[in-house]
Amino acid sequence: MSEITAITRIARQAIETAKDITDLEVLRVQYLGKKGELTALLRGLGRLPKEDRPSAGAAINESKGLIEDLIQVRKEQFEAAALRERLDAEAIDVTLRGRDGDIGGLHPVTIVLDRMESFFRSVGYDVIEGPEIEDDYHNFEALNLPEHHPARAMHDTFYFNPNLLLRTHTSPAQVRTMESNDPPIRVICPGRCFRVDPPDPSHLPMFHQVEGLVVDSDISFADLKGTVEEFLRVFFENEDLNVRFRPSYFPFTEPSAEVDVQCVHCLGKGCRVCSHTGWLEVMGSGMVHPKVLEYSGIDSEKYTGFAFGMGPDRLAMLRYGVDDLRHYLDNDLRFLEQFR
Amino acid sequence: MKFSEAWLREFVDPPISTRELVHQLTMAGLEVDGFTSVAGECSKVIVGEIIKAEIHPDAEKLLVCKVSSGHEELQVVCGAPNARVGIKVPFALVGAKLGKEKIKKAKLRGVDSFGMLCSERELGISDLHEGLMELPLEAPVGEDIRHFLKLDDNIIDLDLTPNRSDCLGIVGLARETGLINEIDVSYPEDRFVTPIVEDIFPVELGDPQTCPRFVSRVLRNININALTPLGMKEKLRRSGIRSIDPVVDVTNYVMLELNQPMHAYDLNQLKEKIVVRQSKEGERITLLNGEEVILNGETLLITDGNGPIGIGGVMGGLTTSVTSNTKDIVLESAWFSPSAIAGRARYYGLSSDAAHRFERGVDWQGQISAIERATELLIAIVGGEAGPLSHSVHSEHLPKIKDIKLRASRVEKLLGVAIDDSTIEGILERLGFGFRCSKAENNTYWIVKAPSHRFDISIEADLIEEISRIYGYNSLPVRTPLTSLKMSSNDESEIPLGRIRSQLVARGYQETINYSFVDPELERLIDPEKEPIKLANPLSKDMSVMRTTLWTGLLKSLIYNLNRQHERIRLFEVGLRFGQVKDISEASFSDILQEKTIAGIACGSRHVENWASDRNIIDFYDVKGDLESILALTSADFEVVPVLHPTLQSGQAAEIRREKELVGYLGLLDPRVQQALDIRNPVYLFELKVGLIVNKVVAKVRSLSKFPEVRRDIAIIVDQSISAASVMKCVYLATNDSLINLKLFDVYQGKGIDPNRKSIAMGLTFRHGSRTLNDEEINQSIIKIVSSLKSELKASLRD
Repeated sequence: MSEITAITRIARQAIETAKDITDLEVLRVQYLGKKGELTALLRGLGRLPKEDRPSAGAAINESKGLIEDLIQVRKEQFEAAALRERLDAEAIDVTLRGRDGDIGGLHPVTIVLDRMESFFRSVGYDVIEGPEIEDDYHNFEALNLPEHHPARAMHDTFYFNPNLLLRTHTSPAQVRTMESNDPPIRVICPGRCFRVDPPDPSHLPMFHQVEGLVVDSDISFADLKGTVEEFLRVFFENEDLNVRFRPSYFPFTEPSAEVDVQCVHCLGKGCRVCSHTGWLEVMGSGMVHPKVLEYSGIDSEKYTGFAFGMGPDRLAMLRYGVDDLRHYLDNDLRFLEQFR
Repeated sequence: MKFSEAWLREFVDPPISTRELVHQLTMAGLEVDGFTSVAGECSKVIVGEIIKAEIHPDAEKLLVCKVSSGHEELQVVCGAPNARVGIKVPFALVGAKLGKEKIKKAKLRGVDSFGMLCSERELGISDLHEGLMELPLEAPVGEDIRHFLKLDDNIIDLDLTPNRSDCLGIVGLARETGLINEIDVSYPEDRFVTPIVEDIFPVELGDPQTCPRFVSRVLRNININALTPLGMKEKLRRSGIRSIDPVVDVTNYVMLELNQPMHAYDLNQLKEKIVVRQSKEGERITLLNGEEVILNGETLLITDGNGPIGIGGVMGGLTTSVTSNTKDIVLESAWFSPSAIAGRARYYGLSSDAAHRFERGVDWQGQISAIERATELLIAIVGGEAGPLSHSVHSEHLPKIKDIKLRASRVEKLLGVAIDDSTIEGILERLGFGFRCSKAENNTYWIVKAPSHRFDISIEADLIEEISRIYGYNSLPVRTPLTSLKMSSNDESEIPLGRIRSQLVARGYQETINYSFVDPELERLIDPEKEPIKLANPLSKDMSVMRTTLWTGLLKSLIYNLNRQHERIRLFEVGLRFGQVKDISEASFSDILQEKTIAGIACGSRHVENWASDRNIIDFYDVKGDLESILALTSADFEVVPVLHPTLQSGQAAEIRREKELVGYLGLLDPRVQQALDIRNPVYLFELKVGLIVNKVVAKVRSLSKFPEVRRDIAIIVDQSISAASVMKCVYLATNDSLINLKLFDVYQGKGIDPNRKSIAMGLTFRHGSRTLNDEEINQSIIKIVSSLKSELKASLRD
């Protein structure tokens, strides 16, 4: 019996000092293999007296089990260490940039137009687009601006010939809509407009406008006020934004109103942005002139409507703090990359 | 329009500050752009009189003056060239403040000086600084200059809308101010000058439709050298009008006061009679400003026996104008129809205060009171003897005061609120509109007559605008429009443009917005074959034609950024491109092509510079991939075929087609253009018609097969010229629909292969919908494919 104890003790020591899995395999063969020491002892059981055999056998099997466990534990230790080593070797710098994660971006005016479109679509407006090259009829005449009308002087117009021009506003889209649709009409028309204005920080010969038009049997100035105020408050995300309506004159609306918002920079206190008035002019609007309705074949006794036209370039300026309109058309990536 | 606040307050003086007045006008629809005070800050400046002037002992350009301040005589050293004994000038006493400057006792070249004599600039009145400001001889010595020159005044700058020309005169503005504040206005009294002489200069209205009223008067023996009173000069100056001579000054003054432009002729230069008529083409006139104008055939002229003597309502002629030798004059006060004046001044490149007023319209009843007012003022200044009024009129061609029906129900419908009848009537009264009310069963209406100065009021909507304006826009109700909750149609087969934009953004493209008009040189460079549409009046040459392709603007933006140290650039734009017409001068709207297009440009390295990426330059297939990623949104088939395109390098240019329709182009910028634009790296471009890429195939799901798929790879060798598309087409044609996928995974040219040929390797995936394919079937398919490739494309199998 002391022999088993001795073998077990030596084996334990050997397993504990084994250097790697190969050493362990040698020890397994040495003790547990077909020609291993414990196997030999088991084979020698027959030589023992019959009554001693069960207890000796049990002792050998116990030792065998113990050595197997010891080898297994040691083996797992080696495997764990090897795995750890491999993982350590495979560790990377997770702070390095990934591949091709860079994206481009949308133009700020598109971002503003998209927002405006989504506000108006959410309350049932359609979005339509009109041509940039227009005829005199749609740009002026059908909007109650006959030839030589003094208000035409406010539209410095680019011409191709006496009858063809670059639209000076998006209002001709109103006319085109009313020509081909019956009330109720609810549309906005975003697009490029053109006026003979040399580029400077607050003027561009090409700019954007969003025209709105609502025609129905019960549309009043109150609806115009409600729509415009709500839009501006939603756009500037300011529920308390002050909005005021000022009498003005557009030949295609009557009554006509300029709309001012409280300066979004100084909140009405007066600053450079609002020329110390506390107000910013953001759009022209009014009730569609009965002549304009009649021109497009809509019964002006039965239907009334309102229209507005606003400048997304200017709204984007106010919203994002752009100080020079020319940035919009220079397409300098250092500017554009600030929008996504 | 600029006007003096003090002048306005002579007629109506509401107890409010300038700031409040300005706000009030703006909110009444007469927008004020701003106001400035008439003079700079100045105090302790008085009217002084130079009593003695001697040359400075040590400086010959300086004078040592004795100046009377009313109760003492002070010594002042002065260098002004017009300083002389007897003149009265603004005198800043010791202790005076001029703007930020404080006047102190000083020694100039050893001589004591007590105060300063001032120019207009020093008072902050104008920029004049040539000499001392000379005051009229009757100026009371010692009087505070602020008081004497009425310097406690502001110049208000009004930006009037074209419909409110009635406010282009001070009296009109006073009327408006009065009704806003509900206070009385002291209108100038109508005076009638008693004629002393009997002279009348004959007038003939040759075109009574356009000039139905012409009032004139002869004034004899005037003293043209009399001086315009300082007060009148100051009012003119504060309205932005220069003083010329007393006659011109008075006509301008009356125009500013009563909004009736007038003209004065030298009687002795006029021949026979005045005839008002339309011009004949080619007639000539030399105008007051010295310019000779060749007339078109639709200009209203004032003529005499010698020919044209003025463009009606625009500007007088030189030959009959008042000069320093004029003794006798004829005054004109006429009414011209706005449509006969509108646009004429602009046509001849002229601008005048008269044309500005007449083309907007003036009160057709204001001519007589204007000429009486002018005569009265003139006699007071230049003396002379007035003749009787000569009044030529064709009443049938004058505007009429209309009856306009105003319904209470319409007011409510348009404004969204029922306004009391009495409030409406109150407003009409304040506006000076005559009305009579009819009440019939909840159907109140008024018949309204607008006075002649409000000739802009002609329909019911005009009246409702006036009512809402006076009622106050901001007192009107606010309502969110009510409407039925009807869903709008939504076509699923239409891809929102935003989705395509987002896809390009995800692929690294930055959206840009470029001008629709471009430089014709750049257009010609990139496409010499196209003739872009020309603007008749471009802002500059490099903005003078409409783009035929979005590439023009994208190239410009690319170069802009390349010049700012950007190397890797991807840009895109969505917008219209414009098609050519044969002759733009005769084109009409339907002759013009305006096509919505999406285009992109790419240049520089494939990847953003990064530790993990190579720094290779992009090639055709990078951009093609970007394009495919947006075309893929449609689930439709597109054909890409080689093409010759003037902007693109041949052999790297492709046309994209969808069911035979041309969608657009893709390719490498032609090296000729690249070199001309001085771009270092290759540039790839694409341009697609938006209309052909926004329609998608709405999904119709196929059932999923339970049976396994089998893949076989083959490699063939074909001639260089055989395209991948033709190989794939050949494979598909040679097989049935069990071939569910065909991937071309390798193209190889080089070692081991005939230099005129290339190897193409493909992976073919087979699957049957209802059973497992066996080897034999697949082998048969492959054999059929290979033999077809051999016969169709002279392909050989690669071992």
